[in-house]
Amino acid sequence: MGDRLVDSVEPYNPEMPTSVAHVTTYEPVIGLEVHVQLLTASKIFCSCCTRFGAAPNTNVCPVCLGMPGALPVLNRKAVEFATLAAMALNCRIHETSIFARKNYFYPDLPKGYQISQYDKPLAEHGYIEVQASKTDAGSEKLRTENRELRTRRIGITRVHLEEDAGKSLHEGFPDSDEKTAIDLNRAGVPLIEIVSEPDIATPDEAYEYLTRLKEIILYTGVSDCNMEEGSLRCDANVSVRPRGQKELGTKAEIKNVNSFRFIREALVYEIARQIEVIEGGGKIVQETRLYNSHEGKTYSMRSKEQAHDYRYFPEPDLPPLVVDEKWKAEIAKTLPELPEARRARFVREFGVTEYDAQVLTVSKSLADQFEAAAKAAKNPKRVANLVQGELMGRLKARGASIEQSPISMKGVAASADLVESGVISGKMLKDLYDLSFERDQDFPEVYEAEGRPQQSSDTSALEKIIDEILAANPKQLEQYRAGKTTMLGFFVGQVMKASKGHANPQLVNELLTKKLG
Amino acid sequence: MKITEKDVTYVADLANLELSAEERVHMVRDLNSILGYIDRLNELDTSNVEPMAQVSDRYGVDESKQGSERFAYATREDISEGLRKSLPQQVALENAPDSDGTFFRVPKVIER
Repeated sequence: MGDRLVDSVEPYNPEMPTSVAHVTTYEPVIGLEVHVQLLTASKIFCSCCTRFGAAPNTNVCPVCLGMPGALPVLNRKAVEFATLAAMALNCRIHETSIFARKNYFYPDLPKGYQISQYDKPLAEHGYIEVQASKTDAGSEKLRTENRELRTRRIGITRVHLEEDAGKSLHEGFPDSDEKTAIDLNRAGVPLIEIVSEPDIATPDEAYEYLTRLKEIILYTGVSDCNMEEGSLRCDANVSVRPRGQKELGTKAEIKNVNSFRFIREALVYEIARQIEVIEGGGKIVQETRLYNSHEGKTYSMRSKEQAHDYRYFPEPDLPPLVVDEKWKAEIAKTLPELPEARRARFVREFGVTEYDAQVLTVSKSLADQFEAAAKAAKNPKRVANLVQGELMGRLKARGASIEQSPISMKGVAASADLVESGVISGKMLKDLYDLSFERDQDFPEVYEAEGRPQQSSDTSALEKIIDEILAANPKQLEQYRAGKTTMLGFFVGQVMKASKGHANPQLVNELLTKKLG
Repeated sequence: MKITEKDVTYVADLANLELSAEERVHMVRDLNSILGYIDRLNELDTSNVEPMAQVSDRYGVDESKQGSERFAYATREDISEGLRKSLPQQVALENAPDSDGTFFRVPKVIER
């Protein structure tokens, strides 16, 4: 949040032919700082509303405006959310933590200090497990099935509670050349800052870490992690060192990145830039750099030297924050099953692949829907199989995520039951799924609209079709009679086709075998 | 002399204070005097005394209450209704040196 006292932004000009050789002789070291807004109804130290999108400067009061004499009173829910998130991130919760003032001047910080935590944060020593490929392959690839995966544990140094600052609007006003507009609605919204250890080895791993982190936070329900609205913000610290060297290189901090993809891009660029500088005999300067996503480059932000001296001291207006065993136990009760555990369980209980377990747990609501549907269905595994075998491919072909699927989990379960009880055939299900996708309607609606089709188990009707098929294919019949029994499949196929997929394949098989035998 | 004029200039700069040469001399003197007093306090053996950053965690608390209960008085429920309301926009902006009736306005700053 700190060093924003900027004089100018100076571009770095990168004609950047970094050879592959350099990349293998240098090793990047990455640490991430993530700020997450907590979904409380009111602010952390006053009862102003936290809702995004209110008219500017309407959710403000003497406390969050920093009026003299106004005193902060801590929101218990913010503490509970922060503690819950820290637990989900495997942190040790300190029974006693201390709020501290971080002092700096910026127009969107009305008090001239931010209430944060410093030497005694709420929680420390956590970790997230990420899966990273052995190569630096793109993370889309490493999510594909059956790829060799390894688990890496990325340490979390600390999780602490703090208040957000207001919002500065530098553009969009007639006098934006001379003035900055300030909206203080966000000032005092509760945040947690999650600081990782410098354990992250590649830009892809950073991407993976952020994806997992967001997933975990979303599962706990303490934040909506909406990057467009600023509910989740990330800064990256990155340095390079010759492979094998123990000491860390000088780091740069990259700010102003508003998507995980851009963070990966910014890191790729910044690592290449640093290697280039060192290879050229230069030195890396410790500094803050901004990422310009249009150009795909980071730029040095020349900040005043004083920027990093925050003169932290304990907040005299707030007593120590004590989260004792009793309170902690109450909070722990609200901890949901986390994505990793849920994936493992889905693989175990429903026999889905690792990959599909990932897709099905992408959000808590989807995982809940799937699980409820699967459990309500006659055969839970069939639901899982249909999601895997019929739904995923169609979604992929359309380039849609599972949340955009026209067929809901309930719809999948309904279709699974129809197949399970023999009402429709697998082929009919496929056709109905195609119709669902064509019409953008859920399965039950399409099934209704199509007049609740049933596979044909009408023996005499089927026998008539079979006779026709046999008559129409004398050559194949001869082959079959000559001992080529695999021709049976051909005849089944022909009958199914003639019945437009409505025939019960088992019955067709039976009748054919009888007729031919 | 622990504090030099350079220190005073640095701290004043951090605090956005403009000090005249005369004021700086005063500050050097005052701050050294304060630190001298602190040095005297430091002569006391406090190795058995727990550090205290504020009085509120030691005094004025209900001694019969322990743990989180002890400081519950300084926390609040997460409700936005029924507590003191936010200020009307007009009132919030009233004392600002510069405003357009919607935003506070300040001299141009470049974002981070």
